[in-house]
Amino acid sequence: MSLSLAVFYLLSAVCLAGAIGVVVSRNVVYAALLLLVTLMGVAGLYLLLLAEFLALVQVLIYGGAITIVILFVIMLTRVHEFRAMRDNPQWPLALVTALGVFALLAIALVNGAPDETVRRGVSFSRLGDSLFAQWAVPFEVASLVLLVALIGAIVIAREREEGEEE
Amino acid sequence: MLLDVALLVALSLTLLTALSVVVLSLVWIERKFLGRIQMRMGPMHVGPFGLLQPVADAIKLMAKEDLLSSWVDRVIYWVAPLVVFVPVLMIWVTIPVARDLVIRNLDLGLFYIIAFSVLSIVGLVAAGWASSNKYAVLGGFRAAAQLVSYEIPLILAVLGVAMLAQSMNLVQVVNEQNVWVYALIQPLGLVIFFIAGLAELGRTPFDIHPAESEVVGGPFVEYSGAHWSVFFLAEYINTFAIAALTVLLYFGGWLFPGLPGDVPIISLAVFLAKTYLVILVIFWIRGTYPRLRIDQLMSLGWKVLVPLAFVNILMTGAYLFYGWPAWVLSLLSVAVLAATVWGLSKAMRTAPRPEVTVRIYNPTSEAGHAG
Repeated sequence: MSLSLAVFYLLSAVCLAGAIGVVVSRNVVYAALLLLVTLMGVAGLYLLLLAEFLALVQVLIYGGAITIVILFVIMLTRVHEFRAMRDNPQWPLALVTALGVFALLAIALVNGAPDETVRRGVSFSRLGDSLFAQWAVPFEVASLVLLVALIGAIVIAREREEGEEE
Repeated sequence: MLLDVALLVALSLTLLTALSVVVLSLVWIERKFLGRIQMRMGPMHVGPFGLLQPVADAIKLMAKEDLLSSWVDRVIYWVAPLVVFVPVLMIWVTIPVARDLVIRNLDLGLFYIIAFSVLSIVGLVAAGWASSNKYAVLGGFRAAAQLVSYEIPLILAVLGVAMLAQSMNLVQVVNEQNVWVYALIQPLGLVIFFIAGLAELGRTPFDIHPAESEVVGGPFVEYSGAHWSVFFLAEYINTFAIAALTVLLYFGGWLFPGLPGDVPIISLAVFLAKTYLVILVIFWIRGTYPRLRIDQLMSLGWKVLVPLAFVNILMTGAYLFYGWPAWVLSLLSVAVLAATVWGLSKAMRTAPRPEVTVRIYNPTSEAGHAG
């Protein structure tokens, strides 16, 4: 067994253990911190696939920003209120979605199996070139969506503030 | 492979030892320097010039009883100091102290440092929550709000440097500064980086989350002994890291006019001299300025530093695109900086005092509503 395969199994085990912990844990704060473990494991997997930039983005966005926001929201509410919400009736929907995504990925992987002899990363500057030249329009559309979400959040927050003053 | 592992362990131990020595020196310098500012002598009884005082402090901290309150959430309480400390240590993997003295010179070094330094915030929030103490929780929230807010101008300022150097490799960034250091080309970026860096450290005047007079030590209030000293160590290593990054990004790192840049000993000496100078400035600010109020902190970050950082990036972009000479960017930078300082000082002088309604809690009058 090569070293990279061993590391792959280790990282996958970390990801899976973390993910199971997120679902099983009875304490939402533990769930949020275990989610961080899973996300870091995924970052490690990206690193193993020579996608350094993606791995760092994963650490910065998911590890830093998103986990902190989740923790923030959870801690502003009371833990015992979540005890009642641990189970909810949406699990069949979640199951269907998860199976659908799994099927889609499996089909894509089986049909378009990549050439395993070629293992090389894309340099950071080439990534930037293709993102801003070749894929400029989708990139701009994505940033527009984020901008709309940002403005929407501000609008919602402002409306409530004015309503309280009246 | 066994050799690789041995090398890794040796490097980690060297790094840890070097950083611990640096922290001891920082503690001593801070106490002496603050003493001078406040017209005191500072530590002077343990060892010559009080040099052994930090060692005595460290022994005291290690020997101290490690108190554990019965109401804390034990797992997170023990893990939180590590979550703070490990990223702080990890960023040193790619910080060069001389051209060839770096553990691993990553091509995405700058981005790596930023990505990993954010992880510490999770540890602070978790420490605050696990302590189950209202001051600790408030401090944890303050830490999250402050550090996430100031991360943005910090990243944008660093982006300006990456644009100038056309690289995120720290050695490359320093080598690009062999003619003009970036402090001269981009003074605006330097000011944004330094202020945001101070806020990231949570040091005065930005010590909002451990503020003793408001939240009695914030996330660390329930910690004692060795576990508290892990946070302490992390804070001082971070201070050193921000000073080192300021030197690397804006003051030419180990380069100095007339000195060779490829002799490790000379480079290291130049780098350390510059870094300790920046650290003295940080301590000087601590001894001089009062703490900001939390609303002042937030408006400084979002209304002043973030827009300024965007202006900095736009100017740098125009400078690179049109190929202007470097002094044009310097002049523009200084002009924007001067306009901001003028505008801020004017706003501070003419601003009406904020109307604060103080509601005094009176337990007898609300006794009927309690419950």
